[in-house]
Amino acid sequence: METTITQDIHRSKSLSDFIQKVELTNFQPLFSEQKRTNSFKLLSQLQFPTTKDEAWKYTRLGKISSGNYQLQEGTKESIISELIENLEGTILVFVNGKYAIELSKIHPEVGVSISPIHRVDKAWLEENTSIGKNQEELFLLLNDYFAQDGVAIEIEKNTQSTQTVQVLNYITENNSLVATRNAIVIKEGASIELVMSYYAENETSSFSSHITEITIENNANFTLHKIQNENSANLTIATEEIKQGKDSTITLHTYTLNGGLVRNNVYANVNGQNSESNLYGIYLLNEKQHVDNHTTIDHQVAHCLSNELYKGVLSDQSTGVFNGKVFVRKDAQKINAFQSNANVLLSDLASMNSKPELEIYADDVKCSHGSTTGQIDEEAIFYLRARGISEKNAKLLMIDAFIGEVIEKNTNSLVKDKIYSLLQNKQEQL
Amino acid sequence: MQEEHVVAEKVSPYNLKIPMGYTENELAQDLQNQEYKFGFTTNIESDQAPKGLNESIIRFISAKKEEPEWLLEFRLNAFKTWQLMSEPTWAHVHYSKPDFQDIIYYSAPKQKKKYESWDDVEPEMKETMKKLGISMEEQQRLTGTNIAVDFVMDSVSVATSFKEKLAELGIIFCSFSEAVKEYPELVKKYMGTVVPTTDNFYAALNSAVFTDGSFCYIPKGVKCPMELSTYFRINEGGTGQFERTLVVADQGAYVSYLEGCTAPQRDENQLHAAVVELIALDDAEIKYSTVQNWYPGDKDGKGGIFNFVTKRGLCEKNAKISWTQVETGSAVTWKYPSCILKGDHSIGEFYSVAVTNNYQQADTGTKMIHLGKNTKSTIISKGISAGKSHNSYRGLVQIHKNAQNARNFSQCDSLLMSDECGAHTFPYIECKNSSAKIEHEATTSKIGEDQIFYCLQRGISEEKAISLIVNGYCKEVLNQLPMEFAVEAQKLLAISLEGSVG
Repeated sequence: METTITQDIHRSKSLSDFIQKVELTNFQPLFSEQKRTNSFKLLSQLQFPTTKDEAWKYTRLGKISSGNYQLQEGTKESIISELIENLEGTILVFVNGKYAIELSKIHPEVGVSISPIHRVDKAWLEENTSIGKNQEELFLLLNDYFAQDGVAIEIEKNTQSTQTVQVLNYITENNSLVATRNAIVIKEGASIELVMSYYAENETSSFSSHITEITIENNANFTLHKIQNENSANLTIATEEIKQGKDSTITLHTYTLNGGLVRNNVYANVNGQNSESNLYGIYLLNEKQHVDNHTTIDHQVAHCLSNELYKGVLSDQSTGVFNGKVFVRKDAQKINAFQSNANVLLSDLASMNSKPELEIYADDVKCSHGSTTGQIDEEAIFYLRARGISEKNAKLLMIDAFIGEVIEKNTNSLVKDKIYSLLQNKQEQL
Repeated sequence: MQEEHVVAEKVSPYNLKIPMGYTENELAQDLQNQEYKFGFTTNIESDQAPKGLNESIIRFISAKKEEPEWLLEFRLNAFKTWQLMSEPTWAHVHYSKPDFQDIIYYSAPKQKKKYESWDDVEPEMKETMKKLGISMEEQQRLTGTNIAVDFVMDSVSVATSFKEKLAELGIIFCSFSEAVKEYPELVKKYMGTVVPTTDNFYAALNSAVFTDGSFCYIPKGVKCPMELSTYFRINEGGTGQFERTLVVADQGAYVSYLEGCTAPQRDENQLHAAVVELIALDDAEIKYSTVQNWYPGDKDGKGGIFNFVTKRGLCEKNAKISWTQVETGSAVTWKYPSCILKGDHSIGEFYSVAVTNNYQQADTGTKMIHLGKNTKSTIISKGISAGKSHNSYRGLVQIHKNAQNARNFSQCDSLLMSDECGAHTFPYIECKNSSAKIEHEATTSKIGEDQIFYCLQRGISEEKAISLIVNGYCKEVLNQLPMEFAVEAQKLLAISLEGSVG
């Protein structure tokens, strides 16, 4: 017995300890007991990755692994002001990871089924979750174990949905552990747009695990706007696993405005010819915020296009990470893949680590990547000041122009307006 | 006046007389010689250590070289560290790991006595050098030729030319073991300061078993009047080559250093693990050029050299280090010539062309560590992959907190010549200073069909057209090479890509 105890001390960062520490009050697991037992078994053999793991070289998880978390109940009384007004469509609200029926509103439309995922039948859940093998096993298993709810969307064949679905995740309590699992299936020739926003009440702390699995069938079209605007004590690991069919298009906008530690993993498996993948992102960081964008675009077949544009502004002691991978598999000829990452550092204590990677196994391709890190052009500031614009406003103008390039990629004007209004608040802090 | 005559007749390490105005046509003719032409072995008796690696082998090497106690200590410490280390696996290459107990760590051409002058060198040895194009006799005849060569075969330095002439200026250029004997205080002061024994697996191995190499010291304010060159040759089978090069440029000094290498064709994989340390003190400049042409293995990927090299330079205030490399050989290359920009206003440069064909694998790039203020670095890397080869660029640009106004520009282009090869880019960009400016860009593509079509239309054959385009693509790097190497390199590029397009 004694030996096992000492062993446990040595493995204090082991996941089984982490899991057992979590208080499960009123827990309604999404997945079956069998699946969860299995996940737990696998998890207890794993440990949180350290900076020695290549994928986590610049992101430390100590804050997450040392935290004490609880599954929290909580309510939010009034309609939440964070919702985008005038946007027509279904609204699903999750408070601390649980479905808040009183705040949600289903907008009925033919061919479009949207519901909280705990209500869908087991077979559908089984079929449309854990669809890819790219995700890091540990965080997938962790989500399997703790997930309570999320959103399930299925768009029937050839349905061009006119609504924009809004999913709002809100954290109200301290030490919350939030795990959501979203499954989205866009059938052949169908299309829809979705806004997923993440907010937290001031001075709450949390650890969130969000996994969104997206299947886009042939000739389908999907746009996802992700707005991350939590607080400095909210830690998030979010993953989008995307499967793309022939002639399909995915556009993913990631707006990271606030968050203590935000890790975004995007895996796009492009497995149909003539498809298009667009990943756009901005991150504006201050204080000690840390944002880590990891994207992987895996071109498995020929004649595809991918665009990636990520821009960041970092001030105070914030740190940013960008790791973009583009794979072009053997025989995936005629691929055009473009990747770009640009950063502005506003303070000497801020730091940026960028790692754009290309791995190419086919010859008839056009692939490029670029990465820059610098500061606001002094001469441009001087030009503006000479014309009577204060230094502060000149700076803001330059930042606006810098990240504006990414925001203008968004074609939904209501979402765009919301981003601009959120940006105004954020820029004051930079 | 005399200089001009000499340039026209300059002898290159590849046995090519380089006339002025070398044209594409001549290049095409040279192309016909397409096999690896340095695949011969020289029948020279050699003095070998038994296979394997342990403390007694290290003591044996040290005793053989009549080394002082401190150097033996250095070796043994390195060996201890090495035993605790494991082979790096992060590089994008796949190969069967060498068995470190199956390598002969010391092999020297059997010398009857110490060479006092050129005339004492055995005829077989002279013949080898001649085949390789390092005809010292010829060089000696041509007074005023401006390359001094140190020739390292298997493990030991065989001959060094132009010693006296350099000595007049106070320049020390000799084999490493000679430097240990003659200038121990210099060697002791600088060895291991840029690449510590604990740096990595192969650097530690090298520090434990290195057998020879070159040492060069340029005194204060001296501009070295000729290009210094080291020539490496692996001759014996079953051996590994572990040499060390140490170049120190004192304040305000300048030196241009060339390095070339070849090996016989063998079915086995031979290991080459070298360490190169450059130290540029205040206001000094070192230009280090490499044309690496180790045996790459045959077209089925059998044999070839494992080239696991650690190269690093340290720049003090206002100093400049420039690495230029043309990598065409080796079965597996693992090489990252780096610059530590410690002094304010120092400059680091890296120009590289890496060509892989058949089953060759290369994982190469650079590290630019910006520590001082106003430091600048430039990285130009051109990768060309053909056949079933894999070519990766892996680089690190690191701007530290106090590196105000640091500036970096990186460009890494890859050219794909077949549908079975791979080209990869893994740049790491780490910035901790807000006044730094870093730019990185990379492209991957193949030779445009329209470009080929344009050439064909004008009566240039496809093969010639490709050679033309490839040379144009590499021009930025080739322009950095000294004249005698540049033409060589162009030719080597063409030979390496021979048969890769169809």
